[in-house]
Amino acid sequence: MSSELQIINGRVYDPTNNIDGKVQDIYIKDGKIVDKVSSSATKIDAHGMVVMPGAVDIHCHIAGPKVNLARKLLPEDHRLDIHPKTAVTRSGTGGIVPSTFATGYRYATMGYTTAMEAAVPPITARHVLEELDDTPVIDKGFYVLLGNNAFLYKLLKEGRKKEFKEAIAWWIDSVHGYTLKLVNTGSDELWKGRKNANITDVNETIDHYDITPIHVIESFIEAAHELGLPHPPHIHCNNLGHSGNISTTLDTMKAAQGRRVHMAHVQFHSFGGELNKNPVSGVRPIIDYINNNENITADVGQVMFGKATAMTADAPLAWMLRNVKFNKWVNADTECESGCGIIPFSYQESVYTHSLQWAMGLELFLMSKDPWRVLLSTDHPNGGSFMNYPKLIKLLMDSAYRQEALQNVNQKAIGKTELRDLKREYTLNEIAIITRAGPAKALGLTNKGHLGIGADADITIYTEEEDKEKMFNAPRYVIKDGVTVIKDHEFATDHKGKILHSKPGYNADIAGEIEPFFEDYYSVKFNNYAISDDYLHDHEVIPTHPNQS
Amino acid sequence: MSEATQTKPKENKNIKIVKDATCTFCGCVCDDMELTVDLDEHRITKAKKACVLGRAWFYEHTLEDRPVVLIDGKEASLEEGIVTAAQILVDAKFPITYGLSDSPCEAQRVAVDIMDTINGNIDTTTSVCHGPSGMAFQGVGESTATLGEIMNRADLVIYWGGNPAESHPRHFTKYAVTPKGMYIPNGKKDRTVVLVDVRKTPSTPVADIFVQIKPGKDFEVLWALRALVKGKKISDNIEAETGVSRELLDDLVNRMKNAQYGVLFLGMGLTMTRGRHFNSGAIYSLAADLNEYTHFVAKPVRGHGNVTGADNVVSWQTGYPFGVNFNRGFPRFNPGEFTTSDVLARGEADAAMIIASDPASNFSKKAIDHLKKIPVITLDAKETHTTKISKVRFAVATYGINTGGTVYRMDDVPISLRPAFDSPFPSDQEVLEGIRNHVKKLLKGHKARVAA
Repeated sequence: MSSELQIINGRVYDPTNNIDGKVQDIYIKDGKIVDKVSSSATKIDAHGMVVMPGAVDIHCHIAGPKVNLARKLLPEDHRLDIHPKTAVTRSGTGGIVPSTFATGYRYATMGYTTAMEAAVPPITARHVLEELDDTPVIDKGFYVLLGNNAFLYKLLKEGRKKEFKEAIAWWIDSVHGYTLKLVNTGSDELWKGRKNANITDVNETIDHYDITPIHVIESFIEAAHELGLPHPPHIHCNNLGHSGNISTTLDTMKAAQGRRVHMAHVQFHSFGGELNKNPVSGVRPIIDYINNNENITADVGQVMFGKATAMTADAPLAWMLRNVKFNKWVNADTECESGCGIIPFSYQESVYTHSLQWAMGLELFLMSKDPWRVLLSTDHPNGGSFMNYPKLIKLLMDSAYRQEALQNVNQKAIGKTELRDLKREYTLNEIAIITRAGPAKALGLTNKGHLGIGADADITIYTEEEDKEKMFNAPRYVIKDGVTVIKDHEFATDHKGKILHSKPGYNADIAGEIEPFFEDYYSVKFNNYAISDDYLHDHEVIPTHPNQS
Repeated sequence: MSEATQTKPKENKNIKIVKDATCTFCGCVCDDMELTVDLDEHRITKAKKACVLGRAWFYEHTLEDRPVVLIDGKEASLEEGIVTAAQILVDAKFPITYGLSDSPCEAQRVAVDIMDTINGNIDTTTSVCHGPSGMAFQGVGESTATLGEIMNRADLVIYWGGNPAESHPRHFTKYAVTPKGMYIPNGKKDRTVVLVDVRKTPSTPVADIFVQIKPGKDFEVLWALRALVKGKKISDNIEAETGVSRELLDDLVNRMKNAQYGVLFLGMGLTMTRGRHFNSGAIYSLAADLNEYTHFVAKPVRGHGNVTGADNVVSWQTGYPFGVNFNRGFPRFNPGEFTTSDVLARGEADAAMIIASDPASNFSKKAIDHLKKIPVITLDAKETHTTKISKVRFAVATYGINTGGTVYRMDDVPISLRPAFDSPFPSDQEVLEGIRNHVKKLLKGHKARVAA
């Protein structure tokens, strides 16, 4: 059945196609943007409204074992934020870690139509795919945690770079992942094997493997480059949250040697000052490096005041936070692949470090010279819920509002930043870049983040308002795959999004290398590990573009 | 079917070998079975690697000659069963569903959908096994690990309030006591095994140290250990109170603090005796405390094959692990209020759908008496006390033997099943999807049932 839609009279922001607030019509047929439709097409009059592509979240934590552990951990938070069903949508619970249905619907009500789960131990990927299938409306994919993988470390120790690359491709393909993720590289072995120790220097040797974290990081960047993954290695640097971690972050970016990398939640990695002393903002050298090096993309990981939950494969980090308040804490070790820590948390205006982090995130946005490469995220739920995005957009677009907000936070912390002097205001076009066009480009999603012919018809229509928080909080229409899911602020229908994944090529012989390792050190059979296509339901393979080594 | 499944004729018989099949009898969910299937006889004749429980599970499974559906004891078609069941659920003011721990996640997801649609109550067998551990988790969290991590690293293994030799035979041999691991090259020789229980059991011989405590004193012993770990004073009467000497406690504390990687496995001896979630909370807290000295984890030894999947599914769809009520059009959680045995004992439910469990044989008399008064729908592969009192009874295929799907091992590792042979009976998922679709049809045009 062909369905046609025509959005007329709207002011369109489509940075990819250099359309900056021009009134023009958008035509949709069978879930795609087309150049014309028949006269019988359904019309949406968007007069006085802003039309943008659906937003894309490049880094969030919304599905899988760690997310579900956090859900189970927080009944007190769910009961304060119910999510009743409607005639067309399922019920759920909200709070800082919403149930799957609430997650999908709430992303849609923020104008988001795509979101990427940022950290999945491959042995648990089935669980992730099951949850994503229950996460409605949005398209979604996930990044595979490979940066502490025992078998890959063994290959690096043996200097077998070729097999290393093949094994990475095997892993991503076997679990239907999107790209690879590195988290606190090298730390798992120390955390699990040396009584909760942590890596402190990317040049130290990792126990048992005679390799250093920086060597591991370089090797992954090189392999991912050769495989031509749609999105480069997504890196959570070492020393997150430690004063003076900017040197680690800079070393990590330099390790790319001009190749593409994505720096995750870079705010958390921009701490100046000295170790074990109060941090100061180290944003200047980090953002200068990013501004000057086009191979780097980053998402900010903005901290927003209020509830958050630290939810991370960086187990030593969660342990450090646990020892601040000694509240409930989850640790979960995954054999041969990952660690995990979870801590309910809240960011408070009165606390020095929290205010500093809030200000550092804003510094990153306001000092960025290329909105295409410094992208919006709160590292949901680590820096705060994705439900904070409209407020964050207002902080970026409205300097007077920001200056007022700045008065209400820890002033000593603000004094350690340049925030008071930053008067920049983001334009709607720039917002469209950091929430749509930019993340889509960084992800290699050529059909998303724009409204050109052939693009996926994922569209958000906002009533234009002076108050940008109000505006972005409640799109008038959300169209997903050409279906009007939200109409006049209400859900008109339910909708199922698809799984986005890549299929890097590899030599099948690598399976023969990996299997004996499974027999020795995994608790599941090798033959039961790779995930069948049944778990994908509706899905799309995003192509790779291999490069010569 | 992958290369793991081959069909070969043997002595003129249709024999199929299924490699790397999964046993769903208990929470160990061992996925290394090699099943020999006699396709003519419709039975499994050999289950290599299976334990005594697993062998019984596989060998005793046959295709019983019984009707797919009985309504009021009379044979009916699947369609009639679905229509009748859907009508019962839609007509009820307080419908409940219970069980689910021996169904794959795909079926569990549909069951939650049905209850969400009709504002019912959903609960799983977790509420009568490790529900208290789930509540303790909400209170204090948990340091935990997958079983493979424990196999690779744990040099101190403590079982508390459980008897795995009889309940989870391969827990010792496949995961936590005897296997060699990455940093445990000599298997059991590299581990110290401690067993804590109120009496000697067939599991006791595996332990290097057996700690016999007085019944009902688990919490006291755990709390004393927490105090000693932190270097605090404890009562001089500890031995008289708990049956455990101060010397033994000191020795345990010393071993725990000096282990390289320690694990505490907790059984239902903790969760279903006096103290319940306080006991689980105490053991989780002890494990957390010990991380100030070394690496320590804890793990409930879960019973049913996919009870862990049920916890996961109900949690991701509602935010809560069990005992969830949709009466108001959104999920609410309150164990003691929305747990099935309580809902029934108070006489509140007016229809029940029981999936792969047998409350009529193990709930309180009050709860069972009420269950007998209301229309009951059952989905079960076997005849049970509950199927006998049901108004609509679906005979279903057995997961892991006749049907595929996903199950979660006790450590949250998801595994896909490899069915051995087909069954004429429908799967749980097929029946539940039929009921869901018919429920939605009956409610079509009506407003969503939301809170007034």
